[in-house]
Amino acid sequence: MKVEGKRLIWKDYQKEIAEDKFFYVRSCIRQTFFPGSEWAFLKIMKEVLGKDVYENPAHTTCTGIGYHSDIVPFDTTMTVVARQFALMTEAGYQNLVPSCITSFGLYTEVMETWKHFPEEEKKVRDYLKKATGREFEVPKNLAHASDIIYKFRKQIAAKGKYRLINKTTGEPLKVVEHIGCHYAKMFPSKGVGGAEYPYVLTGMVEDWGGEVIDYPERRHCCGFGFRQYLVKANRGFSVACSKKKFESMAPYKPDMIITNCPGCPMFLDRWQYVISEMEGKTYGEDGHGIPVFTYEEVAGLILGFDPWDLGLQLHQVPTEPLLNKIGIPYDPFKKYLGKNGEDIGIPMKPSMLNA
Amino acid sequence: MIDFGYNINTDRQIDYDANDHRMSHFILSREPSYNLCIGCGSCTATCSAGNFTDFNFRKLHLMIKRGEISEVKTKIQKCMFCGKCLLVCPRGVNTRNLILTINCAIDELKL
Amino acid sequence: MSKKVVIIGGGIAGMEASITLAELGYHATLLEKSHSTGGHVQDWYQLFPNRRPAKEVLTFSELRMEGKVKTINDADIIEIEKNINDFRILLRNGKLVVADAIVVATGFDLFDAHRKEEYGYGIYENVITSADLEKRFSEGKKILTHDGAAPKRIGIIHCVGSRDEKSGNNYCSKVCCVTGVKQAIEIREMLPETEVFCFYMDLRMFGRHFEELYKESQEKWGVSFIRGRLSEANENTDGSILLKVEDTLAGKPLKMKVDLLVLLAGFVPSGGTKAIGKMLGLPFGDDGFITPKDEHTSTNLTDIQGVFVTGSCTGPKSIQDSIADARAAATQVANYLK
Repeated sequence: MKVEGKRLIWKDYQKEIAEDKFFYVRSCIRQTFFPGSEWAFLKIMKEVLGKDVYENPAHTTCTGIGYHSDIVPFDTTMTVVARQFALMTEAGYQNLVPSCITSFGLYTEVMETWKHFPEEEKKVRDYLKKATGREFEVPKNLAHASDIIYKFRKQIAAKGKYRLINKTTGEPLKVVEHIGCHYAKMFPSKGVGGAEYPYVLTGMVEDWGGEVIDYPERRHCCGFGFRQYLVKANRGFSVACSKKKFESMAPYKPDMIITNCPGCPMFLDRWQYVISEMEGKTYGEDGHGIPVFTYEEVAGLILGFDPWDLGLQLHQVPTEPLLNKIGIPYDPFKKYLGKNGEDIGIPMKPSMLNA
Repeated sequence: MIDFGYNINTDRQIDYDANDHRMSHFILSREPSYNLCIGCGSCTATCSAGNFTDFNFRKLHLMIKRGEISEVKTKIQKCMFCGKCLLVCPRGVNTRNLILTINCAIDELKL
Repeated sequence: MSKKVVIIGGGIAGMEASITLAELGYHATLLEKSHSTGGHVQDWYQLFPNRRPAKEVLTFSELRMEGKVKTINDADIIEIEKNINDFRILLRNGKLVVADAIVVATGFDLFDAHRKEEYGYGIYENVITSADLEKRFSEGKKILTHDGAAPKRIGIIHCVGSRDEKSGNNYCSKVCCVTGVKQAIEIREMLPETEVFCFYMDLRMFGRHFEELYKESQEKWGVSFIRGRLSEANENTDGSILLKVEDTLAGKPLKMKVDLLVLLAGFVPSGGTKAIGKMLGLPFGDDGFITPKDEHTSTNLTDIQGVFVTGSCTGPKSIQDSIADARAAATQVANYLK
């Protein structure tokens, strides 16, 4: 495979990413599954890079879950999105940074709709004014949080303590990068690198010392679509999607998976346990599974944050084998101790997955 | 094993490389006109059985070519040997002999 | 003193137009941008439908040109000035060529397959174009995978860069389907142990003997055809290419591994067609090719007095089409100049 061929395509898909002064909107669910990620993003932005990142506790969901499950009509979604824009405008910011990739897709979709149908924008301004009295400006720059980390990846590498390299062999780690569907599939020009060979996570991995694996099912959805898994009976479809990806990546023997969506790491991590319990099949070395990370977790590890502060203890597929590979130290006894050193309880060991 | 309340969906993609192509090879060696099919569907349109059952002759022998043979044994029994397919085929495939050869294959390959 | 005709473009159409005009008694000058005349036919090995050597067709034209047509190679045209009675064509090297009539025969380029990102051309080494394959045939090279092994299975993809809104080309490039069938047969003849699969949406076997060639490919050579457009090509660990298509006749998605993938790249209007057409103020269709005066009755005329068009600058054509069209254009020129 010739990477130069991919670089030619990446050149065609570059996008404007703001430099500073970000208005951050959080994800509905990420803090439940990966509690350390948003914390790590803010810490990196404010303390390591010295950026101005502001969040308003009055911000709400973007209604992505409701909208994609056909519960919230588009007019309502647009008005709620407009309210988020209003909070941003009132605080004096113009650069919107969502934490969730579906949010990013939704904000892009709304802004594109208003570009092509200005009467919709007018209508929504009217709704918002009547409902809340607020007024808004459309953000000048919309970039996903992973775009920001991508933009500053070299600075992070420079300040980093660790690299994505196997410390025993000296070889770069083999990394599977997985993009959320809503990042580039709908609007390829709004994603760094486009939709075929997205570059946002690849750039991070390359600059942090790792090697990206190109495997046949890299574009396949992981199955985390709200309408797909909300009803229990449909969950088999979601698991089948992730399973297809695992089967495809297994021959390449990846060391880890990096993602930029709230749902993808959740499924790619949890479904390995489900598949092991339902079919007895595990992936990765010695039945340990392939550890899955968010990009904030990887950035945090590179910078030397404590793995338990990053929330890695909540991963279903254990991350310790990878931490050992890189040479990141951790205190195994502190794993299940909470913030004040209190015992938060130890989970049951899975029967198949080697945890 | 835990039952989470759902099953993992099976992959319906035709995995050409993993499929069993013995029947296809068997038929090609006995009835070379099998190669000539262009999938026009004339045979299926005129098929007596196809009009009143779900027997789809075009699809059946196409699936054999792809190695999807799990249902051939049951489906093939619906053919009544009327020979209408043989009359209409524009490429001159000996469709009736195909049916006979498929049945031979089922016996000899013990499927 | 005989009238002067300048033919811009030294491909098969330009060559044939120049010879016909010379034989009719005109002073014919052929301007060719590259080092040699012959155009794309120089790159082909055997021609459909009867697999005769492409070189024979070129030689047929070249021999008749000798001594009758003045050829200027490396002719980079920078300006064309239209006066009341003639045209003045200025070349980059400063040379000025005067003409009483111009025949535009600037032809086509092949679609750049790099632009079809999901097919991996330029990224996966075992993905090549029909032109790359034809070159290997011409050079007598063995058809091998990137790491020098004999391929066990080769896939041929139809409609690459044609009939494709994402590539910007909605039109059909006409000749790729029969080229695919021809190349499939050529591969099967050279490599009897190799399976060949053609992936198509429709099989456009429009010409005489084309349908018979398709039948021969199945009957005599055992080429397999799967009706379904390639959606993605990916690389396996061993460098082979994994294809994802829908077998539309089966109604199911299908995946298959091939050792070598051949993309049948379509026609696009050439750089020369775009440049010369612009210089002369000729109208272009939505498809980017030059539009003649009337698409039924005056396919070689333009709205500009003294400017004629022939060959694939007005749309995809086979070699038979181009040769016939070039001779037709010559009669139109003669009619104008008499």
